Amino acid sequence: MLIKETDYGTPPSKTEAMVTLEIDGESVTVPAGTSVMRAAVEIGTKIPKLCATDSLASFGSCRLCLVEIEGRKGTPASCTTPVEPGMKVKTQTSRLAKLRRGVMELYISDHPLDCLTCATNGDCELQDMAGEVGLREVRYGYDGANHLTAEKDTSNPYFTFDPAKCIVCSRCVRACEEVQGTFALTIDGRGFASVVSPGQKQDFLDSECVSCGACVQACPTATLMENSIIESGQPEHTVLTTCAYCGVGCAFKAEMRGEEVVRMMPYKDGKANHGHSCVKGRFAWGYATHKDRITKPMIRAKITDPWKEVSWEEAINYAASEFKRIQKKYGRGSIGGITSSRCTNEETYLVQKMIRAGFGNNNVDTCARVCHSPTGYGLKTTFGTSAGTQDFDSVEASDVMMVIGANPTDAHPVFASRMKRRIREGAKLIVVDPRRIELVKTAHVEADYHLQLMPGTNVAMINALAHVIVTEGLVNEKYVAERCEPEDFKHWRDFVALPENSPEAVEQYTKVPAATVRAAARLYATGGNAAIYYGLGVTEHSQGSTMVMGMANLAMATGNIGHNGVGVNPLRGQNNVQGACDMGSFPHEFTGYRHVSDDTVRQSFEQAWGVTLDAEPGLRIPNMLDSAVEGSFKGIYIQGEDIAQSDPNTQHVTAGLAAMECVVVQDIFLNETANYAHVFLPGSSFLEKDGTFTNAERRISLINKAMRPLAGYADWEATMLLSNALGYPMNYKNPSEIMDEIARLTPTFKGVSFDRIRELGSIQWPCNDAAPEGTPIMHEKGFVRGKGKFMITAFVPTDERTGPRFPLILTTGRILSQYNVGAQTRRTDNIAWHPEDVLEIHPFDAESRGIRDGDVVSLASRVGETTLHAKISERMQPGVVYTTFHHALTGANVVTTEYSDWATNCPEYKVTAVQVRLSNQKSEWQRSYEQLREATRKVAATAAE
Amino acid sequence: MTTQRLVHMANQVAAFFASYPEAEAVEGTANHLKSFWDPRMRREIETHLAEKAGAGLSHVALEAVKRIAQKDADKKSA
Repeated sequence: MLIKETDYGTPPSKTEAMVTLEIDGESVTVPAGTSVMRAAVEIGTKIPKLCATDSLASFGSCRLCLVEIEGRKGTPASCTTPVEPGMKVKTQTSRLAKLRRGVMELYISDHPLDCLTCATNGDCELQDMAGEVGLREVRYGYDGANHLTAEKDTSNPYFTFDPAKCIVCSRCVRACEEVQGTFALTIDGRGFASVVSPGQKQDFLDSECVSCGACVQACPTATLMENSIIESGQPEHTVLTTCAYCGVGCAFKAEMRGEEVVRMMPYKDGKANHGHSCVKGRFAWGYATHKDRITKPMIRAKITDPWKEVSWEEAINYAASEFKRIQKKYGRGSIGGITSSRCTNEETYLVQKMIRAGFGNNNVDTCARVCHSPTGYGLKTTFGTSAGTQDFDSVEASDVMMVIGANPTDAHPVFASRMKRRIREGAKLIVVDPRRIELVKTAHVEADYHLQLMPGTNVAMINALAHVIVTEGLVNEKYVAERCEPEDFKHWRDFVALPENSPEAVEQYTKVPAATVRAAARLYATGGNAAIYYGLGVTEHSQGSTMVMGMANLAMATGNIGHNGVGVNPLRGQNNVQGACDMGSFPHEFTGYRHVSDDTVRQSFEQAWGVTLDAEPGLRIPNMLDSAVEGSFKGIYIQGEDIAQSDPNTQHVTAGLAAMECVVVQDIFLNETANYAHVFLPGSSFLEKDGTFTNAERRISLINKAMRPLAGYADWEATMLLSNALGYPMNYKNPSEIMDEIARLTPTFKGVSFDRIRELGSIQWPCNDAAPEGTPIMHEKGFVRGKGKFMITAFVPTDERTGPRFPLILTTGRILSQYNVGAQTRRTDNIAWHPEDVLEIHPFDAESRGIRDGDVVSLASRVGETTLHAKISERMQPGVVYTTFHHALTGANVVTTEYSDWATNCPEYKVTAVQVRLSNQKSEWQRSYEQLREATRKVAATAAE
Repeated sequence: MTTQRLVHMANQVAAFFASYPEAEAVEGTANHLKSFWDPRMRREIETHLAEKAGAGLSHVALEAVKRIAQKDADKKSA
């Protein structure tokens, strides 16, 4: 069945007062402020419309939704007329019918009559309206001036703009403004000459358009149309699912023709995205069926051997026998595994279960190690649980947002649109970031304060902000007295009040004027509901965990935890980072963040799993690699992660992998880590399986199988095969059974099941007897740990220092169109926006090195060197350069070091001392890696049968 | 894993807890190593303590390593 959500025409009113009126003789009661159009839809009465849709404020331009209201003159537009008590409305009269037909006649007189060959045939509001109003003729003919020969804009790889079909309803322009907040579109010209124009009469690709798809979604005609629909035709059924890109976790309708996806449409009832999307989720799904997909298992004895395609049985048996051989020879702790933040909760749970129960050790870790592990440590220490405090909807009640070390418009674009909307409504914004990110100043959004600090000085900055709050009497004493540990608070207050933590004292490190810091602190403490949103610019530092605790301190001191509009909110990088952490992927914790040394907890797992479990923590990813180089760690199972590209100091990572005797990689593509693998198990994309993802707001959402796994097995099934071959039996029939087991063993998931998620749409954990429908906002009545714990957060500068040889600081990140290691997005048309990683460098640093925009430059640190093109950018401050890590052969992580967070070993990606020079050749690493890549990716020819 | 790296990691942990009174700092550091370090990492740092008197460890880190070494020894003899 194809799911079509009801379009109420105008947004819902949020007022509580109710109004009763009569529409076509039927009584209806709706919130005050509701439009007549929406009230009519509430009782199933559709009023013809074209310029109205419920994601946009009413506009009143198409003149089709006219109604008659008793006692009023004329025929007001129902979309712009609010309901009133006792109002009597008629939606169908002969007068209205005549008027509507007249309006439609005018529209159709300048519209091509090619419905039968039009891509929207059967899904066109204009076509529907012509039918609804009974249009039978167009008296004006088609010989007059018209737009029928207007040229199409096909510049965007994902959609086509055909102005000949435009009715100038402005829905696209308004969607770009109100929903996306980019303001890339406008109506150029006046009257008959009015046309939709991207940017300054540019084509779509060259304009500021971010290809979120909101305009295409809003278009009621075929003017803005997905190319996939133009090419494939209309879908015939829908599979509801959840996006597999960032941690926003947008709900989508996978619109299908058989097993072929023809469109991904954001789902209006999705509670994380409310019908909005970004370029990745909306359009960049073609990787799922890309020709590079590996669909057959492969094995080889040495990485220099060509791959040999084998049956699943042979590959699994080979992997299992190798793991057993290694353990027999080197000991039980000589192997381990890595779970994936891109896989489902159920798959992640199975991998850690197989390692703990099947391998018999706790050497399990996850890619959250290299992104948000400090979030887990910091928030658990201060609040009692390892998760963000709010739901995304909370932003609508925020008066002040402090965005620290995050770039939401690129990395979490759908949520960024909601932030921008709230800022346009009047919320204040503080940005703490070394770069001038887009939020600092963009269309109709400008930060009140940009604390453009030097990389590596976050903790000095958070202490300075706290110093102002404490010394200027801005602490919420009542909240702290009621909710927090008094002794810890006293120690913290005394600590941050020290002169060394004042904005004036730390200016030497942060380079941010003290007066600006003081003003920002006052705004955060006194501006109303203040929410902190943060990203990897907080966590990926040697003091990442300290900074998380520093932010938690600040929020507790000002009472900004435990209610709507506030909180400490990590913006998670990958789709299921939260879930992977929840599922017991860390070597020291079972599901629900319970330490392996807790006898009661461990016994519950021993009883359920039928084995004795290790009470000691296992190795983290960097520890595994160190141990591999040293010789005590010899085998690894890696599901859906590419550590050879994503983890720091590539040459150390690959040395570790090369030192192992059995590397098993399970992925949808032959990734960089697979260059060092002995067994390759083909993975399954999110479209090929059932399961759940958990997003940054702890929201557990279903993904549903839209097509059969290309390789025959979903990832959870492959893990079961391996576990069974190892001698630890697993026999789940469906991922829902795995979730049932998780719920039995995890108090915070007690009320979670697939059926319950289907019933509620999604569930935010904790979900248990105390919160049967989940928990949108945490710590409302008290902290999970009881009283909030203030931690002392002394600033300890990183050991990575600049100097004469390496005078610049490199910080790395991501860009809107690409995702993580790029394995997915590089195999889509998103490559049009970001074909390569570039080095952003400030004009001052570029000029002093003779570097011009586009030059090839060498980027070298103490551990490695690569080359890439330079991009002169004033987003950077002098002394700081920036690049992304989306492309394997750029190898940004050849340059980053192994310095890491003190508590969690999360790498310090954000601070690497580097030098940049003009270059005319690839680095030595690039040359040798290209050769290795060539040599290790060969697949032996299969003999013809 | 190189001893040098373990010493650096232990010193990093100790540097965080060093803001607390010494007894708490040592306790916090020792608890951290116990809770988050794989036993082979602890064994290596304990060996470094035994063979090189924990050379390179900060004061707090050294005291913490002594404490976990003592606890592990007690556990073995128990």
